[in-house]
Amino acid sequence: MSRIIMGIESSCDETGVGLVRLAANGTVELLADEVASSVDQHARFGGVVPEVASRAHLEAMVPTVRRAFATAGLSMSAVDAVAVTAGPGLAGALLVGVSAAKAYAAALDVPLYGVNHLAGHIAVDTLQHGPLPEPCLALLVSGGHTQLLRVDDIAGKITEIGSTVDDAAGEAYDKVARLLDLPYPGGPPIDKAAREGDPNAIAFPRGMTGPRDAKFDFSFSGLKTAVARWVEAAQARGEEVPVPDVAASFQEAVADVLTAKAVRAATESGIGTLVISGGVAANSRLSGLAADRCAEAGIELRVPRPRLCTDNGAMIAALGAHVVAAGCAPSPLHLSANPALPVSTVTVS
Amino acid sequence: MLVLAIDTATPAVTAGVVAVEPERVEVLAERVTLDARAHGELLTPHVLEAVGGAGAALTGLGAIVCGVGPGPYTGLRAGMVTAAALGDGLGIPVYPVCSLDAIAAGVTVDEPFLVVTDARRREVYWAAYAADGTRTDGPHVSVPAELDSPLRAVAGHGARQHAAVLGRRLLDHDHPTPHGLATAARDAVLSGAEPEPLTPLYLRRPDAAEPGARKRVTVS
Ligand SMILES: [Zn+2]
Repeated sequence: MSRIIMGIESSCDETGVGLVRLAANGTVELLADEVASSVDQHARFGGVVPEVASRAHLEAMVPTVRRAFATAGLSMSAVDAVAVTAGPGLAGALLVGVSAAKAYAAALDVPLYGVNHLAGHIAVDTLQHGPLPEPCLALLVSGGHTQLLRVDDIAGKITEIGSTVDDAAGEAYDKVARLLDLPYPGGPPIDKAAREGDPNAIAFPRGMTGPRDAKFDFSFSGLKTAVARWVEAAQARGEEVPVPDVAASFQEAVADVLTAKAVRAATESGIGTLVISGGVAANSRLSGLAADRCAEAGIELRVPRPRLCTDNGAMIAALGAHVVAAGCAPSPLHLSANPALPVSTVTVS
Repeated sequence: MLVLAIDTATPAVTAGVVAVEPERVEVLAERVTLDARAHGELLTPHVLEAVGGAGAALTGLGAIVCGVGPGPYTGLRAGMVTAAALGDGLGIPVYPVCSLDAIAAGVTVDEPFLVVTDARRREVYWAAYAADGTRTDGPHVSVPAELDSPLRAVAGHGARQHAAVLGRRLLDHDHPTPHGLATAARDAVLSGAEPEPLTPLYLRRPDAAEPGARKRVTVS
């Protein structure tokens, strides 16, 4: 007997609703993945404005749910469980999704699963590449997260082995883009400009790679400052800033540190699979360099397609399906959103 | 018709099941908790408890009535998205009600009056009503000292909170009740008409500043 799981995501600026089918043999199939983004409303502020995001979630929630059912060609009564991002994320944004999920679960008389957004970024890979080899390693990189995680059980045991001590990688992209007069969000325009540039033109620093630094933590604040100093120095000399070279050299520094640490973590713990997910996973240099280094180290690399890497409801539905399949207890209807939910909590009970 | 009434525009987390007929608005069960930080946590449990307390089932509801503010935003959104999702999941209409109108619907006085609720940041939401409960002005948001109205009687918990500044005669109705919500929406509910859009009354723009000129990191 197969089961239909609805997933609701609202932790940042995307309202996402996904529908998946969990087959009796445990495979998970994507039926619908609808996203309403408020990214355009944040562009002029240069970053996500929580109140703007929360307002947009309220407006988009029910229409996005309706679109998901229309796309899947299902009626709402087909749903067997509702999964929702309980955290981490923006408090006011999470609250909209959690409240909606509780109401849908009550109205449809099905169990509710409050799940972890970060685990969702990993679980989404199973929609494209099938069951996850466990243990595996996951590198999550986006505007909000930069984390290296060990996954022993996608439905129950995930351990953080490293994270950023300051900015998220995607945040550094946004700040450097602003410095170079490129649009927000900064990932795609920097990636594009970098294609015309020389990644070795400028030797930007690799954060947290000193002998006394934590082996698997990251830092991008120093890199961002180094880029700013370099650009300001060029401007002070009256030179035109070579945007492609700056973009390529910055991107090289980010991709170098991320992939070096991820591959080292996998090698040291004898783990044979690396999953890279999150909005920045779509970055061409990051995935390219990761492919080279994983091949060299004999590690299988899995990167979900870009649409699955960014925040969406499919990832929450996919994680919900794995949690349901594992027989985890549902969350109570008193569930609260937790903006600081640790990755070790996959389902909030 | 059995109507579910929901409001989260004030510190009250309010849910009630109300029998609404042309001659009768009767509350069958209600669950209300005063906790400005618990709207998201408690509302759906309150809804289920109220429905159970009324001896009904969610599937027996004919409509939902939801307060759409004005209210401090986070809690307001929890109630509105809950109402919208319940309506969608159950396939029943959701009727919006200005939360101040719902408070006014409970007031019985023989003079025009104000309804004032807390807007946080030392401001209040307010509206003016005729003696029969018809809104004549508002809703507005302003600092209590600048509330511009000659009316002497005032309801709403904001009036109690800011009594020293507002200085008017307090009427005993603090929060929107299921009875007040259902009464304010009765005509719309019984008409069976397509509900108005469920649009929150924020009355304020989001706090957000566009970035100014970038600060240099190099100290010259
Ligand atoms: Zn994310």
